[in-house]
Amino acid sequence: MTGEKIRVLIAKPGLDGHDRGAKVICRSLRDAGYEVIYTGLRRTPDEIVSAAIQEDADVLGLSILSGAHNVLFPKIMNLLKEKGVDDITVIVGGIIPDKDIHFLEKIGISKIFLPGSSTKEIVEWIKENVRKDPNE
Amino acid sequence: MRMNNSSKMNLKQSFNHWKKEKYDKALEKAFAKKNEYTTISGKKIKELYTPLDLDGFDYLKQLGFPGDYPYTRGIHPTMYRGRLWTMRQFSGFGTAEDTNKRYKYLLSHGQTGLSVAFHLPTLMGVDSDHPLAHGEIGKCGVAVDSLADMEILFEGIPLDKISTSMTINAPAAVLWAMYIAVAEKQGVSPKVISGTIQNDILKEYIAQKTFIFPPKPSMKLIVDTFEYGSKDVPKWNTISISGYHIREAGSTAVQELAFTLRDGIEYVEWALERGLDIQEFVPRLSFFFNAHNDFFEEIAKFRAARKIWAEVMKERFGANNQRVEWLRFHTQTSGVSLMAQQPYNNVVRVAIQALAAVLGGSQSIHTNSLDETYALPSEEAVTIALRTQQIIAHESGVINCIDPLGGSYFVEKLTSEMDKDAKEYIRKIDDMGGMVKAIELGFPQKEIADSAYLYQKAVEKIEKIIVGVNAFEMEQEPIPILKINETVTKQQLARLREVKKTRNNAQVREKLHNLKKAASDKQNLMPYILICVKTYATLGEIMDSLREVYGEYQEPTTY
Repeated sequence: MTGEKIRVLIAKPGLDGHDRGAKVICRSLRDAGYEVIYTGLRRTPDEIVSAAIQEDADVLGLSILSGAHNVLFPKIMNLLKEKGVDDITVIVGGIIPDKDIHFLEKIGISKIFLPGSSTKEIVEWIKENVRKDPNE
Repeated sequence: MRMNNSSKMNLKQSFNHWKKEKYDKALEKAFAKKNEYTTISGKKIKELYTPLDLDGFDYLKQLGFPGDYPYTRGIHPTMYRGRLWTMRQFSGFGTAEDTNKRYKYLLSHGQTGLSVAFHLPTLMGVDSDHPLAHGEIGKCGVAVDSLADMEILFEGIPLDKISTSMTINAPAAVLWAMYIAVAEKQGVSPKVISGTIQNDILKEYIAQKTFIFPPKPSMKLIVDTFEYGSKDVPKWNTISISGYHIREAGSTAVQELAFTLRDGIEYVEWALERGLDIQEFVPRLSFFFNAHNDFFEEIAKFRAARKIWAEVMKERFGANNQRVEWLRFHTQTSGVSLMAQQPYNNVVRVAIQALAAVLGGSQSIHTNSLDETYALPSEEAVTIALRTQQIIAHESGVINCIDPLGGSYFVEKLTSEMDKDAKEYIRKIDDMGGMVKAIELGFPQKEIADSAYLYQKAVEKIEKIIVGVNAFEMEQEPIPILKINETVTKQQLARLREVKKTRNNAQVREKLHNLKKAASDKQNLMPYILICVKTYATLGEIMDSLREVYGEYQEPTTY
């Protein structure tokens, strides 16, 4: 690992205003020592991808509860690909029905945290999976 | 409860003896003891309450009789003996046709009022063809873009006989105008229709976040609806001042109570500033609370709410009429308390919460469905939710006696502590210069985020147990859930195109222009909005005209 803090951008696509979870995650990641940026509500895929690139994020965390994930997430993943970004790990939290999980993994989302996931699990997962030195 | 000194001394001695010799000793040997017993809001609860906790308690001052000031025991003298609460399931999905079918199903199964859930684009005041609507059409509620959708939504439902609640906030005036227009088309006068628009923008900034305009023009628009309603639609509740979403966002019970009532005070102050008559508009204010897991804390909250509001109206605003002092409220069981794990357990959670809502004296109740952590409810799930209310009403016997928990040492103590703690918050917000100021300072938002964070940590440390989540876990099979038909988007966009093609577009432009001008001139906008919707101007077009005048609110993105 490099000495710099891992940078996490927490983004809220979709029209819903349910930000309780996103805010609790932001605080928990910050308390765990990560650099956390929160986009605020109702960001379009374009805005989210631009912010992730500008902020030099290692992790992009998407929080959604509106049910629009199958439309919005492919857009975000395509935009990342179009812009040649391959070093941002994309993770998701929110209400994702079981039957959609396979599809979301297939388009390149690394991890989906379902309702009931603890903040500790998320902190640990990032520690284990992000910015690992390949020679380690 | 007044005790003379010697009986108080006696009781105190007996209590201390019991505590030291019996309780503490037994507890030492107890197997399952905890260090501290707290409510879900983190409030410490003692092991036992006795008359000592109610020393100085004045029955008439603190409780009164049902229907008497300060209404702690209920606003009606007969409560559920005279009339049951309204069973009102919040519902909406897909197109207006889909939801109309669901309404007819619910009404045929004994539901007694309607409650409309709009999809997110409608809540945000954009049409289904707006880029932000992509992927959201008909998902979290029913898609309504124009009067054409609203006509279908209420097709075959007599609006002079059924009351309708609409959960709509920033664009509430527009959806209300559409409802009035549908009623007129059915030949029903606005004077006789009844129902509620949520129309509570303050809790949007605080918690639910479906705001559009900045606070000041939003408040102006709400006072417009108060003014218009009290003259032209006199049986309509022009606001439902809501604690529900504040609680869902993570507040404690006291914060829910205090912020909601302080929002109520703010609306009354703004309306008085406009010169409205307190006797005319205040009786049309209604409230909306959450029924969460902690049974007694919730009951105490509902009882304290009535008392505080009555006192505020009398002491702060000089009301002397019971219709002005009454706090009438709807209750919904807590969505956030439902768990995705072992979802059938949610039926039990909902039953306990709904029982608290009944024992707290709610005027109408929505019970959540067991599958709502996954999607909007299926027909089977919503039927169980409705049946839960019917079982409480007709089988449990709890409606036989008014306010059956009144006089419980514990419930009365909890009610008076709730009362005291909420008033302290209200004072604090008064000192900040009111709720709009407090919101600009981020005060309620910060308080709620702090409570949400503390609760999450308590769950993760297993100080709070959630059955099936951090205890008693097991593998489970997925349950069947409602899927929104993929054709909904296509159908909705086709209807919107059709409306825009067949209406008189020159007339629409003219009426929208008039609306914009009236907004700049600070006139009451309701008559202008009503004219616009009747020309089939869309919700998005109407809101865009107002966005040009009022601008849009950008919330600070703190966490």
